[in-house]
Amino acid sequence: MQTFGWPEAMFIFRAAGWTLLLTAISFAIGSLIGGAFAIMRLSRIKLVRNFAAGYILVIQSIPVLMVLFMSYYGLSIIGIELPPFFAASASLAVYVSAYLAEIWRGSIESVPYQQWEASASLAHSPAQTYRYVILPQAIRISLPPTVGFLVQLVKNTSIVSVVGFVELSRAGQLVNNATFQAFQVFSLVAVIYFAICFPLSRLSRHLEKVMNASRSH
Amino acid sequence: MPAVLIEDIHKSYGRLEVLKGVSLSVDAGQVVAIIGRSGSGKSTLLRCINGLETFQSGKIVVAGHDMTQDPRKLRELRKDVGIVFQSYNLFPHLTVGQNIMLSPRITKNVPQAQAMALAKEVLAQVGLSDKFDSYPDNLSGGQQQRVAIARSLAMQPKVMLFDEVTSALDPELTGEVLLVMEKLAKGGMTMLLVTHEMNFARTVADTTVFMHQGLIWESGPSKELFANPQTPELANFVKAGAH
Repeated sequence: MQTFGWPEAMFIFRAAGWTLLLTAISFAIGSLIGGAFAIMRLSRIKLVRNFAAGYILVIQSIPVLMVLFMSYYGLSIIGIELPPFFAASASLAVYVSAYLAEIWRGSIESVPYQQWEASASLAHSPAQTYRYVILPQAIRISLPPTVGFLVQLVKNTSIVSVVGFVELSRAGQLVNNATFQAFQVFSLVAVIYFAICFPLSRLSRHLEKVMNASRSH
Repeated sequence: MPAVLIEDIHKSYGRLEVLKGVSLSVDAGQVVAIIGRSGSGKSTLLRCINGLETFQSGKIVVAGHDMTQDPRKLRELRKDVGIVFQSYNLFPHLTVGQNIMLSPRITKNVPQAQAMALAKEVLAQVGLSDKFDSYPDNLSGGQQQRVAIARSLAMQPKVMLFDEVTSALDPELTGEVLLVMEKLAKGGMTMLLVTHEMNFARTVADTTVFMHQGLIWESGPSKELFANPQTPELANFVKAGAH
């Protein structure tokens, strides 16, 4: 039987790198899609608004795990085989997009409507109003909840282990299966999650305080 | 052609009719004060003039532009029609200078250097040259409102609308804003203002319009109108002091 030593620890550290990469990719893609859905959700065109609302509602009502199963196993039935990392990033990006869309919709809506009126009265187009007046204010408002959501995402990446992708949690399981030193193994895994999430949580708290101290600049 | 022509405007929110056929003509360089109780439709009328409110029937022509729902044409109209609001509505994430330069830059492609010169000029006009780099939150209400006026002026409008611009201010701060407006009026700006400042209406406005229940109840040269109200409604309103 193997014992828990440096090679095993290194294996876990490398897997932590995959967790970070998965978080970064799914967050990046998810925020692009989520941003688009946030703005569609506030469109003046009812069809666009309802489509975005429907997407958000459906995705938020399905466990990420099911999205993952659908993209990994479901698509393979109809002949599309996604590599685990690809299926995992895509599924998480879909999950991220629905939640960020809602967080950002709320942030955009919390910019006072008088700002829209003032901007329109100065002959700005709707696109200019978003770009120069609304989004700069909405982004500030959205920072604390967005970073807070990022912390959730780091931890939720662990579900992709079910399709055989070896990220931090899965690496811990594998090492434990070989060494049976559960306490040492999972302590290390937990410490790594903590080392990633704790600074982010603090950042979120800090941003919240800064925003409250001066809501404008 | 008058600077502002309003013909038989009707507007309702559902069943509630707020404007019941309002007509008004304002010549270039004229200052018109609109007074009346809350709910008389005066702010709604003012907001119709730059398209912030739509109306069901009637016609409005401002600075040569027909009122329209077409977004592109509406933007052309708004380049010539400035509005100042009760709540200032400066952009809080931008400095005073940036607030003023933004619209000329992005709607008229005014070059940076020229926009800056323009901003400094209008800031001097409202007496706030030293606040170019300040953020709105660091200014008093009166100063913010003067910046809002400067921001509108930077668009070089032909008509300026003022919607109860001193109502949110502490009494000791209204004077500085009214002074700026008086200077503008003397400089020949065409102005329409909804106001509770009866003294300002009487002394600065050429014409005062008294609105009541969605109609222009009475209008005329300001001094005459205040001195000799023709209707009991206006007489009561003037006697009550305001509101």
